[in-house]
Amino acid sequence: MKSPPFDYRDPHTLDEALFFLFQYGDDAKVLAGGQSLVPLMNFRLARPAVVVDINQIHELSYILENEEEVRIGAMTRQSNVETDEGVKRNYPLLPCAIAQIAHSAIRNRGTVGGSLAHADPAAELAAVTLCADAEIKIRSRDEVRWVSSRDFFQGPYTTSLEPTEILEEVKFLKPSGTAETVFLEFSRRQGDFALVGVAAMLETNEDNSCRQARIALCGAGSVPYRAAAVERVLMGERLTLKIIKDAVSVVTEGLESYSDVHASSGYREHLARVLTYRALEMLIESAEKQTRTEKSES
Amino acid sequence: MGYQSVGQPLKRKEDLRLLIGKGNFVDDFKLPHMAHMAVLRSSYAHAKILKIHGSKARHTKGVLAVFTSADLGHHNRSFPLLVPHPSLRGVTPRPLAEGKVCYVGEPVAVVVANTRAVAEDALDMIGIDYEPLPAVVCSEKSLEPEGPIVHESLGNNLAAHLAQSSGDVEEAMKQADLIIRERFFLKRGSGQSIEGRVILARYESRMGIFTIWAATQAPHLHRRILAELFSCGEEKIHVIVPDVGGGFGPKGIFYPEDFLVPYISYRLSRPVKWVEDRREHFLSSVHEREQVHEIELALRKDGTFLAFRDHVIVDMGAYVPWGIIVPSVTLSSLLGPYRIPNFSLEAKAVYSNKVPIGQLRGAGRPQAVFVTERMVDIAAAKLGIDRVAIRFKNLIQPGELPYTPGLVYRDGSLMTYDSGDYPSCLQRALLLSGYTGFRPEQEKGREEGHFTGLGMACFVEASGLGPLEGASVRVERTGRVALAVGSPPQGQGHETTLAQICADELGVGVESVDVTLGDTERLSYGTGTFASRTAVVGGNAVSMAARAVKEKAIRIASKILGVGVEGLELAGGKVFSRGMPAKSIPLGEIATIASGSVPGSLFPEGIEPGLEMTCYFTPPQPTYASGAHVAVVQIDPQTGFVKVLRYAVAHDCGRVINPMIVDGQIHGGVAHGIGDSLFENLQYDENGQLQTTSYLTYLIPTSYDVPYIKTEHVEIPSRFNPLGVKGVGEAGAIGAPAAIANAIADALSPFGVPIQEFPLIPSRIWELINKKSFSDEAVQG
Repeated sequence: MKSPPFDYRDPHTLDEALFFLFQYGDDAKVLAGGQSLVPLMNFRLARPAVVVDINQIHELSYILENEEEVRIGAMTRQSNVETDEGVKRNYPLLPCAIAQIAHSAIRNRGTVGGSLAHADPAAELAAVTLCADAEIKIRSRDEVRWVSSRDFFQGPYTTSLEPTEILEEVKFLKPSGTAETVFLEFSRRQGDFALVGVAAMLETNEDNSCRQARIALCGAGSVPYRAAAVERVLMGERLTLKIIKDAVSVVTEGLESYSDVHASSGYREHLARVLTYRALEMLIESAEKQTRTEKSES
Repeated sequence: MGYQSVGQPLKRKEDLRLLIGKGNFVDDFKLPHMAHMAVLRSSYAHAKILKIHGSKARHTKGVLAVFTSADLGHHNRSFPLLVPHPSLRGVTPRPLAEGKVCYVGEPVAVVVANTRAVAEDALDMIGIDYEPLPAVVCSEKSLEPEGPIVHESLGNNLAAHLAQSSGDVEEAMKQADLIIRERFFLKRGSGQSIEGRVILARYESRMGIFTIWAATQAPHLHRRILAELFSCGEEKIHVIVPDVGGGFGPKGIFYPEDFLVPYISYRLSRPVKWVEDRREHFLSSVHEREQVHEIELALRKDGTFLAFRDHVIVDMGAYVPWGIIVPSVTLSSLLGPYRIPNFSLEAKAVYSNKVPIGQLRGAGRPQAVFVTERMVDIAAAKLGIDRVAIRFKNLIQPGELPYTPGLVYRDGSLMTYDSGDYPSCLQRALLLSGYTGFRPEQEKGREEGHFTGLGMACFVEASGLGPLEGASVRVERTGRVALAVGSPPQGQGHETTLAQICADELGVGVESVDVTLGDTERLSYGTGTFASRTAVVGGNAVSMAARAVKEKAIRIASKILGVGVEGLELAGGKVFSRGMPAKSIPLGEIATIASGSVPGSLFPEGIEPGLEMTCYFTPPQPTYASGAHVAVVQIDPQTGFVKVLRYAVAHDCGRVINPMIVDGQIHGGVAHGIGDSLFENLQYDENGQLQTTSYLTYLIPTSYDVPYIKTEHVEIPSRFNPLGVKGVGEAGAIGAPAAIANAIADALSPFGVPIQEFPLIPSRIWELINKKSFSDEAVQG
């Protein structure tokens, strides 16, 4: 379990890093937190000729907030997002999901951008960005482009990133004040990859009908996906357990599930239904609680 | 002896060193000019080797040598079979595969290089032309005619056929009111020591001596096999076991690398090191647990057991380095603590194209206890008898001991349960677990949508196997005591427990005993640490040697003090006259006199030189530890997730030397049992490819999965050794899978699902529930 030989570059600026990627193209691999790439190299499953280590590029590590959005630099450690007071207050879905990524030692090294760029189908952050309709900022030597998270994830471990590009930032638009969010996952042990994870956001109208529902799942299939069918069923409806039940029955629409040593595809699909149901049930409860609190306050 | 420290929960002597990073593991040793070995392993389960292309690797920068079977010549012969058996057609591994490979992971070639990384790079450059053959993967199908054969010369895949019987099973079945027939499927598991196998060898040509540092459980067996393979005397081979990071059985086997590393050191005249990585651990260190049982239990309607029949198929993998210990121990553990007058037990040990089977914590017992205890619960349910009542009805009572169940043990002895109180163990474990208030708790849980269950398991365990273990005790001039024992620890705390025995016998403090373990130069003979034997066999040897030193010290003191031996006593580090305590001499002074103090002087007359003794203990037969486990689990019926809420163990390991260490042994064993029952499964595909070769796919329990474990010690001294101790290292692992499976079955009793396997992973539990009455709609809630 020793990595094959590779050349190593440790640029101190983003420009320098982009130059190396331009220079080496397909032969290079970007090293962020190293929580996936390093084991893959030690297993000799990844054999990059050049490793471009971007840990020295401090300009990529930040959390910026304003009224509308939260912007997170690609090299921000997951644990920094998890414990950031502003993020906790304004975007609780992020810390809620990040707390379920592996164990704290891994979150201390693992980065937000690294997880997204690696695009493990079970990665929590992928589901969160999909649920949030987050925008991803991508830079190459010649251009900057923004990609919607919906277009970013293209397959297992495959994204729309080109070899010469670096994921620079992810931008979350703040949801309206009444939105409730939750992240639930099922794994065999605490800290394992999710067999299925669900990121859900629910906004309700005053009459307890659904103004907007956004649901994204990871782990269930070979790509994280938005459960658009569930969202359509819920839209505009009064939120009851009955409607949730109807909605989750279509959660696997468009899902290509798979089997592995931990679970059959049928079980994964079943978990997708169970977890989505539980997530929506929790969101309705907190929405109701919020409505009650508002009423009693007014 | 008057026990001062034995029985006390002393903190472990070894812990400070380990906790501050001063432990010394084999991989910490770095010798000048040390080379590193990497192993090219078969990627096929079963294939002919047509050609090996090694020249590119040989010419890589930094590579010192490449070895294939052809390069080993006559040294590439099969290893000796350590434990022969009349019915066994034993095929043992050889250093490197010759002609064909028999499992994925079998060593085919090795590269030796200046660094491990270069050696691994060079492995990539070796090409092997294979002609794949159909693989034997499923043990149940392995004996079908016309199927593939692992070792063609045997004609089929049967390694051994074992049988034990007593009474008249046919007749008893006719008399029975109820006969239950069940099949059980137990999956492959492994021993995941944090440190893998490691070997460092240095051959010194001047004296022709091999010095070997190895993370082995059995240094003396290691030495014996190497001497045989090198055709040299055992005095030419020095095996040292430094700190070891876990063993659990697999480190007690002699593996190809154990030969290759010293051999290559000899060939290259350089020290050579090999460190097993985790992937290699999955693909080459022995596996265990996999068995299929077909059982019949006959009962009277009052719950009395009349007869027991079992046909077991044990998948042995490709070779039998340790013979058929596992199936043999399984058979002799099936009856457990129960009175079963008629039985017929049969095991077929079969070869397959998988990693070889070897003993793993429990060594065939967890499987036996699992199937028997499941049968007991199934019988109780069918007869409408309480699970506890049916056990009490059939448990051997304390007054019946010593008891001979009619079985023969693996060492050929007629099994005799020497001492114990099986009903009391069960009673105490139930009390510890909160059994009395459990049914209301269960009802309440079900109303809230979660399903809790309580399960129990009783077992008897042969421990402290022979043939021998030795101890050497020497008092230094300083008064400190140097204790050496042959069998090495892998984390069990032997430095502490053996020092406690020694200190008490010698009347000194535990802190003044310095312990050396697992060094073949310190004891001429030894067996090793396995089969829960070091406290029993090593511990009694320590007691004997320390007592002999004490007697000698008193004899010498008698000469010096001019007091008869009968008037002398040893305590507090000195020998003194009972009548006149002021008349005394410290042990250190006696040792100084006995060591001959002034160079060139005359040795004092009438005194035997040296305050040192070496003694060996040879147990007359195993001693039988016993215990009862109770598990309480909670299941989410929608996901199938099982959480172990509580766990209780009442255990009899005879006299307890150090209760804290005994607790730790039980806790660790239970954790392993939780792994077997809920997580661990080495899965092969139909081509014999192991699918689980990392911790992503092969799960072991973490701290989140192991609850607080309550323990109670039921101390009933063994009749078979002077200290009265019995083994405890495996006890936790033996009872846990059965107790947890019974708890799961209890939790899911409303669904009536059959629990006849381990591990029981969430998706499987969901499947079982779903196959039964529960529709998906209802599960959703």
